[in-house]
Amino acid sequence: MSKKLLLKDAHIEGIRYFETYRRQGGYTAAEKALKMTPDEILEEVKASGLRGRGGAGFPTGMKWSFLAKPEGVPRHLVVNADESEPGTFKDRYLMEFLPHLLIEGMLISSYCLGSNTSYIYIRGEYSWIPDILEEAIEEAKAAGFLGKNILGTGFDLEIYVQRGAGAYICGEETALLESLEGKRGNPRLKPPFPAVKGLWERPTVVNNVESIAAIVPIIDITGAEYAKIGVGRSTGTKLISACGNINKPGVYEIDMTITVEEFIYSDEYCGGIKDGKRLKACIPGGSSVPIVPANLLLRTVNGEPRYMNYESLADGGFATGTMMGSGGFIVLDEDQCIVEHTMTLARFYNHESCGQCTPCREGTGWMYKILKKIENGQGKMEDIDLLWDIQRKIEGNTICPLGDAAAWPVAAAIRHFRDEFEWHVKNPELCLTQNYGLAHYADPIPAVEKNA
Amino acid sequence: MSETIAFKPESLAQVHKIIARYPEGRQKSALIPVLHLAQKEFGGWLDVPVMDYVAGLLSIKPIEVYEVATFYTMFNMKPVGKYVLEVCRTGPCMVSGSEKILNHIRTKLNIKDGETTEDGMFTLKPAECLGACGYAPMMQLGKFFHENLTIEKVDEILELCRQGQVALD
Repeated sequence: MSKKLLLKDAHIEGIRYFETYRRQGGYTAAEKALKMTPDEILEEVKASGLRGRGGAGFPTGMKWSFLAKPEGVPRHLVVNADESEPGTFKDRYLMEFLPHLLIEGMLISSYCLGSNTSYIYIRGEYSWIPDILEEAIEEAKAAGFLGKNILGTGFDLEIYVQRGAGAYICGEETALLESLEGKRGNPRLKPPFPAVKGLWERPTVVNNVESIAAIVPIIDITGAEYAKIGVGRSTGTKLISACGNINKPGVYEIDMTITVEEFIYSDEYCGGIKDGKRLKACIPGGSSVPIVPANLLLRTVNGEPRYMNYESLADGGFATGTMMGSGGFIVLDEDQCIVEHTMTLARFYNHESCGQCTPCREGTGWMYKILKKIENGQGKMEDIDLLWDIQRKIEGNTICPLGDAAAWPVAAAIRHFRDEFEWHVKNPELCLTQNYGLAHYADPIPAVEKNA
Repeated sequence: MSETIAFKPESLAQVHKIIARYPEGRQKSALIPVLHLAQKEFGGWLDVPVMDYVAGLLSIKPIEVYEVATFYTMFNMKPVGKYVLEVCRTGPCMVSGSEKILNHIRTKLNIKDGETTEDGMFTLKPAECLGACGYAPMMQLGKFFHENLTIEKVDEILELCRQGQVALD
């Protein structure tokens, strides 16, 4: 049983409301933090080893320490709740069921960073959640945990919720800031980084919902104790949103010491593959991270079990590994067509490209068209090489990481499933009526059999 | 600014409340929230006079409104039906059968993607990832998500829409 820090009270009826949250010990971490100095809080966050939970995995304490603090210039904390990465729905769960955990995390973080006005930028489609957050904000304010002179400390904080309007790119921190300023979500060139020139050119920290929620247990149990949970540089707990062809889709909190196999097949988590089918592939960290076939997912190339943590998932680099990313865990069974799946992701990134950089604007659409052609049985063998070439020319050549996010799924699909692409080209009639199936990926996964 | 276009007093009060969230002179930050309000109040889409009205309210140029309104997929640039069926079709939803759901709606309502039924009741909009991956397939109707869809469940929702029994807000 994994240790739970964020979701430990998620099952309690009424935990969405202040009274229940408070009864469960809510806001005691905030009370503790407000008696500390901002530097002491920062040291706790650094000691925790917390890595940004939005996908990039950058150390949160280090990010906070970069914040420029010129006297007389307001600073801001902006919570990135623009959860738009396919496969990722964990922040939605936190905001929907534990809004006060986020508010408390924001209070501690804002105090540490010196932000008196903080914002939650939430994707527009989550249109019922701002009501939940705003109700929680009002409750916290009524109880003296927000507003002027919080708990008599002299610290003031207002939190506002802003809805986006349907643009994946606004999950990129500088695009988010542009959107929050009432503009198109076009990413900015960095440097300057938001820590120096962010919202309205003021020093700003942008952090994911889960990262800010994790600040509460870090202060509660201390950074050193938090760092003891997990393994290596994968400290603390991580929320994983599991979906696809599994028996128990949902949001799970893990302590990053379990194996991928345990996560997929144990009843505590995903409960195995739906309808007794066999595992074909998985995207473990949101759609932008490399897809891996079953054999490489469960075992590294050295035959070691692969674990649900940053280091183990990345073992072998992109050639044989993948990434923890946002924790959006998409499982594909033997019936899924990799070409079709890659095509839908290419369509997604083409749709969501802001159009600012030519390689992304033109390349994503080009990749989608080629994949659609192959999927529809009209592809040629050279199209596969062309796809490879296009993704190489997008990766690393754009202002923001959306270019990489669009390129990696295509690269990994070709790298690991080239035979399936070739089968589509060679069997134009068949590929319209049947899937390539498991092929040779069936053999290297005997460990799965005992649970099948 | 069109003289015939104006927010209801309660919506206007909401606009001023939103503007107050931002520092002096940064009222443009209120643009997206105000466009959401405008779309809701003025027929479900953003006509040019409506966008001009919003520009006037926020003391910004109309072009600043147009460029934002056309960038974000949640803003409709042409009239839509009373019920906009936004069916997610990305990754996990595709894996869970979203194409079957989309095909069923296309056939049943005899409309293509982006079209509105002749009676003005339904518009179909395929969507790219709505964050309901664990509860796929799904569609958004107004403010709410309808998840774990089946053909039967879709039929039931469409029928309830016709009876005016599906909440949008």
